[in-house]
Amino acid sequence: MAKEEPREFRAEVVVPYELALGRTWTTFYDTLKEEKILGKKCRKCGRVFVPPRTFCPRCFEETDEWVEVAQEGVVETWALINMPFYGQQLEIPFVSAQIRLDGSDTGFTHRIGGFDLKDFETVRTRVKLGSRVRAVWSKEKKGGILDIDYFEPVE
Amino acid sequence: MMGRPVAIIGTGQTYHGRRRDVSYPELVREAVTAAFEDAGITPQDIDGVVSGTMPSMMEGISLTHFYFADALCQVGKPILKVETCGSTGQSLGHCGYYWIASGMGDIVLVVGHEKMHEGDSQATMTTVFDPFFQQTFAAGAPGIFTMQSMEWMYRFNIDEEKAREAAALVSVSNHDNAFDNPHAHIKIRVTVDDVKNAKVITYPVRLLDVCPNSDGACAVIFASEEKANKICKKPAWIKGLGFRGEEFFFGESDKSVWPSATEAAKDAYDMAGIRDPLKELDVAEVYNPFTYQEMIFYECLGFCPRGESPDYVLKGTFKKGGKLPCDPSGGTLCTNPIGATGLIRLAESVLQVTGKAGDRQVEGAKLALSHAMGGTDQFNGITIVSSEM
Repeated sequence: MAKEEPREFRAEVVVPYELALGRTWTTFYDTLKEEKILGKKCRKCGRVFVPPRTFCPRCFEETDEWVEVAQEGVVETWALINMPFYGQQLEIPFVSAQIRLDGSDTGFTHRIGGFDLKDFETVRTRVKLGSRVRAVWSKEKKGGILDIDYFEPVE
Repeated sequence: MMGRPVAIIGTGQTYHGRRRDVSYPELVREAVTAAFEDAGITPQDIDGVVSGTMPSMMEGISLTHFYFADALCQVGKPILKVETCGSTGQSLGHCGYYWIASGMGDIVLVVGHEKMHEGDSQATMTTVFDPFFQQTFAAGAPGIFTMQSMEWMYRFNIDEEKAREAAALVSVSNHDNAFDNPHAHIKIRVTVDDVKNAKVITYPVRLLDVCPNSDGACAVIFASEEKANKICKKPAWIKGLGFRGEEFFFGESDKSVWPSATEAAKDAYDMAGIRDPLKELDVAEVYNPFTYQEMIFYECLGFCPRGESPDYVLKGTFKKGGKLPCDPSGGTLCTNPIGATGLIRLAESVLQVTGKAGDRQVEGAKLALSHAMGGTDQFNGITIVSSEM
């Protein structure tokens, strides 16, 4: 038999999903439409989670108290993403960040923007660890995480 | 608490890389066959099989242990699947350990595998993130590891230039070591300047700071004391293991001191009776998909004080001939078939303590640490092996 160059076979898996948000996260997103950011507080350790948690992952207790947190916070860390991949939701470049909103005890994942992101050297003059940022709201609210468009540096 | 003593009596690896020449089950069989040859046993001798990968989406086939059943000699045997993302390989080894230590089996085949060139690895890894809040901003592995590295440098006030220089040396050392390993994927000579000037992936992380996508599989055979002494001239013995997890949401724990890595190492050291890992360990196979992250691991694993790993790297502590050589195999940085990677770390540490590591042998190595991490920095697993029971 002739020795053939091994080939590849094209395959694709496409499956749509309807993921249940649950009550806690439904409330979070409904309130986000009103330009309010809500967290939930653990009844035992008192930590405030944003995004809210139905239960505290460390104490395993219910978090029954809703707390409105500030729309401003501190940059815990960030990365300039300029790497494309299949199914990417945001256009590159974007700055992915962990932001600790005043009044909360966890890092909130979002993006920092509102200025030119093409060059890292420019970006890092605007974004620094430990610096403060503030939420900028999208005009049109869709009940998703991008109802907050981005966080902008507080000068 | 420890159960029966557990030995490793054989290991097998594929030639990792872009393996268009074999289908995925054929790739798996290559590692399994090599492990049987190494141990000098046949499929009839095994009591059970443990198999593991990254998310099945990596290759587009669900329940890969069904897909590989034949290649895993599973016909007529019990089979388990273990999946903890990047730390899968360590979890696989732990599962093999539990099986033998419990007395429920005498010889168990453990196999990790991945064929990353068949899908889109960063797209797959992005689905590991929470879909409601975090996935939108995720960018596979580089995004998260870069954020962790930035946080670490800031937290310990590490000079950015010094960290850059040390990370470049980590890259050079791993790439050099890969030339000693016939199974390694990436074999290129690089200089510090090459690393510093490589294409930016997610600043400050550049192309040569990052592991490749690899196709590969690794098989390890675990045995009871009785079987090991009967079958194997020089088994490796498991002395300690540890595995810890953190919250699912990145941002709920402090990744600059990484509790799961620190505590998993402490558990393994306590079990193995190790007090000063830098002094007592002869070699370590640290899971190092990113140069900066490798330095964070040195601190979490107790090889040096917090915030000082770049200084230790600059002194040459962890390179070949240093006080504690790390990743003489070239590590994850040069070979990363993810589901197999953590098990490759274990297999490499076994080769070291049994004197079978060829050109990458650390002379006289008796006590070795292997490690892997997984998820969005969520899990860490450790296994310590010794030439002595």
